[in-house]
Amino acid sequence: MIHNQTMIEQRPAPSSSVGAVAWLRTNLFNGPINTIFTLIGLYILYLLVVPTVQWAFINADWVGTTRDDCSREGACWVFINARLSQFIYGLYPSSEIWRANIVFAMFFSLIGWLAIPRLPFKRWVAIFALIVFPVISFVLLYGGYFDLPKVPTHRWGGLMLTLLLATVGMVGALPIGIVLALGRRSNMPIVKSFCVVFIEFWRGVPLITVLFMASVMLPLFLPSDMSVDRLVRALIGLTLFQSAYMAEVIRGGLQAIPKGQEEAAAALGMTYWKRMGLIILPQALKMMIPGIVNTFISLFKDTTLVMIIGLFDLLGIVQAALADSRWLGFSLEGYVFAAFMFWVFCFSMSRYSQYLERKLHTGHKR
Amino acid sequence: MSVRPNARPVGQKPPFWRDRAKRALIFQCLLIAAVIAFLFYVVGNVQDNLSSRGITTGFGFLSNTAGFGIVQSLIDYSSQSTYGRTFFVGLLNTLLVGGLGVIAATIVGFIVGISRLSPNWLIAKLAAAYIETFRNIPLLLQIFFWYFAVLRTLPSARDSLAFGEAFFLNVRGLYLPQPLFESGFGLIPVTFVIAIIASVALVIWAKRRQEATGKRLPAYWISFALIFGLPLLVMFATGVPITWEMPELRGFNFRGGITVIPEFLALWFALSIYTASFIAEIVRSGIQAISHGQTEAAQALSLPRNLVLRLVVIPQALRVIIPPLTSQYLNLIKNSSLATAIGYPDLVSVFAGTTLNQTGQAIEVIAMTMAVYLTISLLVSMFMNWFNARVALVER
Repeated sequence: MIHNQTMIEQRPAPSSSVGAVAWLRTNLFNGPINTIFTLIGLYILYLLVVPTVQWAFINADWVGTTRDDCSREGACWVFINARLSQFIYGLYPSSEIWRANIVFAMFFSLIGWLAIPRLPFKRWVAIFALIVFPVISFVLLYGGYFDLPKVPTHRWGGLMLTLLLATVGMVGALPIGIVLALGRRSNMPIVKSFCVVFIEFWRGVPLITVLFMASVMLPLFLPSDMSVDRLVRALIGLTLFQSAYMAEVIRGGLQAIPKGQEEAAAALGMTYWKRMGLIILPQALKMMIPGIVNTFISLFKDTTLVMIIGLFDLLGIVQAALADSRWLGFSLEGYVFAAFMFWVFCFSMSRYSQYLERKLHTGHKR
Repeated sequence: MSVRPNARPVGQKPPFWRDRAKRALIFQCLLIAAVIAFLFYVVGNVQDNLSSRGITTGFGFLSNTAGFGIVQSLIDYSSQSTYGRTFFVGLLNTLLVGGLGVIAATIVGFIVGISRLSPNWLIAKLAAAYIETFRNIPLLLQIFFWYFAVLRTLPSARDSLAFGEAFFLNVRGLYLPQPLFESGFGLIPVTFVIAIIASVALVIWAKRRQEATGKRLPAYWISFALIFGLPLLVMFATGVPITWEMPELRGFNFRGGITVIPEFLALWFALSIYTASFIAEIVRSGIQAISHGQTEAAQALSLPRNLVLRLVVIPQALRVIIPPLTSQYLNLIKNSSLATAIGYPDLVSVFAGTTLNQTGQAIEVIAMTMAVYLTISLLVSMFMNWFNARVALVER
C-alpha cells in the first residue's frame, strides 16, 4: 500500500518549552517550593547588591587628594588612590621604585610563561626562574651592588612583600617537602619516624605560633653574635611550616603512582635516586600540580599573618594606613581594597588549578 | 659468553656500600648523629643566650602572680591570679570560640553546600558566589573587617541597636539576657540525660526489631520528641524554675545579663564564615562523589525521595565528607589563634602574648602553647583513624 498523503508539517515546540520562558520555568519556578526559594534568593540579592553598588560606585568619590574631596555618602576611593604606591611597594623609597617594577614585570612574565601550556622552552624558563631570577631580584631589591643604593628589608612592604613571602616560602618548601615525603615512605624506620614527627609537628601547630617561634626563639637558638633579619626569620618559619603541608601533597601524588612503576624501574637495575628522579617523581609531580597550587593559595593567604610579628605585607600596610590621623574612618575602603587584591590573586589561581585538574585528568581516566 | 671484567666471583659478599641493609643502617646512624649534633648546638646556644640575658629556665614562673586583667574568662580570674591560671583562661577561651565556631561553620557549611547543588539556578549561584568570595579572602582580613569596620563602628551604649527589650548591640558588645536557675532546676539536665540514654536504647531496639521482623518504627522521631519533649515537660511541671536577668542601661553602660565582647563576635563570625565556605565545598564534593547510579537504583526500588537521601546517599556521602571535615575543624581551632590580632583573650593572645612578654620565658611558653595544639590535633587524628576504620568500605 502506498501512502500518498503528505505528512503533517512539523510544528514548533510550544513556546513554554523553549527559550527564556522554559529556562525560567525549569530553573527558577519549578514548583511552589522552588518559586519561594527563588523569591527569597532575589530578595537576598536585592539586599546585598543595591547598597553595595550604591556605596562602591554610584555615591563613591574617585578623584581628589585629601579627605575633604570625599562627600562621605559612599566609598572614598581617594584614600586608596593616595596610598596606592604604599600599598604596592611598602615604604620602598620612591626614587628606587623602578627596581621593584622590573622585578614585578619579570615575575609576572615568568609566571605567565610557565602557566600557559603553549609556550615553548618550559625547562629553560623554569631553570632561569629558579636560579637566575632570585639572584637578579635580590640584587635589584636589596641593592648594594652596581652602585644601587641599599634598601633595608624593613622598608619592603605591601603587595611586593606578600608576593615575595609567598613565592620564596613556596620555592623553599618544595625541595624540603619532596625529601620529607620520600622519607615518610622510606623503609628505614628511623628516617621514616623522623619525617613523620617533623611533618605532624608542623601540621599540628598554628602558623602564628610558628611565626612567634621564629621571631622570639630563633634568636635564642643561634649564637648571640649572629643576628638574623626579621624578614629572613619570617621566611624560615613560613618555609618550614609550608614544607610539611607540601610533603603531604607530594605523598598523596606518590601514592597515586602504581607500585609496578617502581618495581619495573628496579627490575631495570636503577638505583633509588634514579628510580625516584626519572620514573616516580616526574609522573607524580605532574599529578600534584593542582594540589601544589592549592597549598600555594593557602600560603598566599597565610602570609597576612606576618603583620603580627611586625612586617608590613599588603594587609599590614593597609592596617597601618588606616591608623593615619589624616585618613581616619576609611577602614571599610581599605579592607575592601585589600580583600579585592587577595581575591583576584587567589581566585585566578584556583581557577587555574581547576583547569589543570581537568587537563591532567584525561591521562588517568580508565 | 663474555664475563664482565669486574664481576664478583660466586660466593663472595658484596662490598658493604652495595649492601642495602648495611647502607640503610649507616645512613640512619648518620641521621641520628646529625640530629643530636644539631640539638647540642641549639641547646648550647640557648644556654649561653639565656645566661647572658639573666633568664632562668623552668616552669617556676607559672606560680607567680600575673598582675594583668583579662576581659573574658570562663573561670574565676583576677589580676592577683597566677600565670598558670592565665594558661587555663586562655585555653578555655580558645576552646569556647573553637567549639562555637565548629557548630556554626558546620550548619552554614552544610546549608550552603547543599544549596550549591540545588536545582534552583539562583540559589545554586548564590551559594557558589558565597563560597568563591569567602574562601579567597585571607581569614585575618575577614577578622579585621568584622572587628574594625563593622563592630567598632556600632553606636555607643546609649544608642544601642535593640532587638526587643532583651538583646542590645553596641560598640562594647552584645548584651543578652542571662538565665538564673532556681531550686528544682537540677531535675531538667537529669531528665535530659535520661532521655538521651532512652533514645539510644530505643534506636538500638528498633533496629534489632526491624532486622528480625521487618517492622519499622519511626525511632528517630520518637527519640527527637523524647530528648526535647521530656525536659520541657519536666520544666513546666516544676513551674519553669528559670528567671531571666535582662540587661539594663545604667549611666553609660549596660548592667546585668550576659555580655559578649565584640572581639569574640568578630572572631566567631569570621572563623565560621570562612570555614563554612570550605565545608560547603567538602559537602558538595562528597555528595557528588556518590555515583548517580546509587540514586537511580534506590528510585528503581521505589524508595521515596527522603529515604533515598537518608538511607542511600547520605550514609555514603558522610564517609567521603567526614575526614576532610575534621581537618577543617582542626584548621578552625588552629586559626582561632588569630585572636591575638584583635585582642580576644585566647591561648596565644594571653599566654604566648602577654605572659611571654612579662616573664620572658619564651621557650617554656611557646612549648606549652604548641603542646596544646599538638594534643588537640593528635586527639582528633586518633578519632579520625578510629572513624575511618569503622566506616571503611568492606570490599571483597
